[in-house]
Amino acid sequence: MNLFSLFKRRSSAPVARDRLQILLAHERTTRGPSDLLFILREEILATVGRHVDINPERVTVQMDRGEKVSILEVDIEIPNTVRAPSGRTRRKRSPLPAPRPV
Amino acid sequence: MAKVVVVTSGKGGVGKTTSTAALGAALAQLGQNVVIIDFDVGLRNLDLVMGAERRVVYDFINVTQGVAKLSQALIRDKRLDKLALLPASQTRDKDALTEDGVQRVIAALRQQFDWVICDSPAGIERGATLAMRFADEAIVVTNPEVSSVRDSDRIIGILDAKTVKAERGDRVEKHLLITRYDQARAARGEMLTIDDVLEILSTPLLGIVPESEEVLRASNLGSPVTFNNPGSGPARAYFDAARRLMGESIQMTIPTDKQGFLGKLFGRRAA
Repeated sequence: MNLFSLFKRRSSAPVARDRLQILLAHERTTRGPSDLLFILREEILATVGRHVDINPERVTVQMDRGEKVSILEVDIEIPNTVRAPSGRTRRKRSPLPAPRPV
Repeated sequence: MAKVVVVTSGKGGVGKTTSTAALGAALAQLGQNVVIIDFDVGLRNLDLVMGAERRVVYDFINVTQGVAKLSQALIRDKRLDKLALLPASQTRDKDALTEDGVQRVIAALRQQFDWVICDSPAGIERGATLAMRFADEAIVVTNPEVSSVRDSDRIIGILDAKTVKAERGDRVEKHLLITRYDQARAARGEMLTIDDVLEILSTPLLGIVPESEEVLRASNLGSPVTFNNPGSGPARAYFDAARRLMGESIQMTIPTDKQGFLGKLFGRRAA
């Protein structure tokens, strides 16, 4: 601390701007993939639903976000009808690239 | 063609109601037919800011439920009959306002007015999403302060997702209205500048309303600042913003309160 700094307070607005830019960059990316998840869920359900009867409430879609890759996990329960004789559950696992840093 | 405009912000206390009153009045003073609607169910205040609190008989929810006709609930401004107010209900049941009811009332108001201005409640809950639901355009009111800017960013995202226009693949045109701006403090590095806020929110600027004691004076008196002191800094800022809404291109300035010689000599009169 020098004599000059006694008289001059450091300006706070640039700190506010930097904090906001970092925070909002983060918040905007976390907002994006949740919409992505919704879209994926709807489209996967529509595709599977064309071939087998499924109960939309017996479907879970999850995303595990890792540093390098994220895992999309889709769990669809298929009832034992004539059209789908084998197995109760079908599980698909597919790696997705991690969300792009902004 | 009538335009439906929502005045929103996410954060409370940034000047949504003040701005709705002042912009509505300014548009009416410029010759437009304007109705302002209070969407803040249970916490209505637009009537108070407009000085019409003793004239409320029926409210928005009464109209949606068929208890009153729209013409019975609309309060014509005593100073300017081109301006009307539809007050919010003071009921504690916030679910009494339905999307279907809002849609019907807004459709009816579109037939009678040039501008339908919806004063949104704070927050991102039902009341706020209903206020923006049928909007053609949005005015996002922001203070140059971190929490307000963050909440504005959030509300901009919601405008792009939850409005009827957005769901049809169209866009709600968004405008940023920066209020309580203090140019001297921004110049000293004590407050986010206009450029800082614009860079962060990347939304076109509608106007800059300076911090001014005229705003409190106007609400004390129940008179929008554009009526109460048309020459004051905030009033000129709201007139410019209203003209920009009407499509005029006006150079962006930060109007300040001019103080005349007598004013300086005797100080401010009490309001």
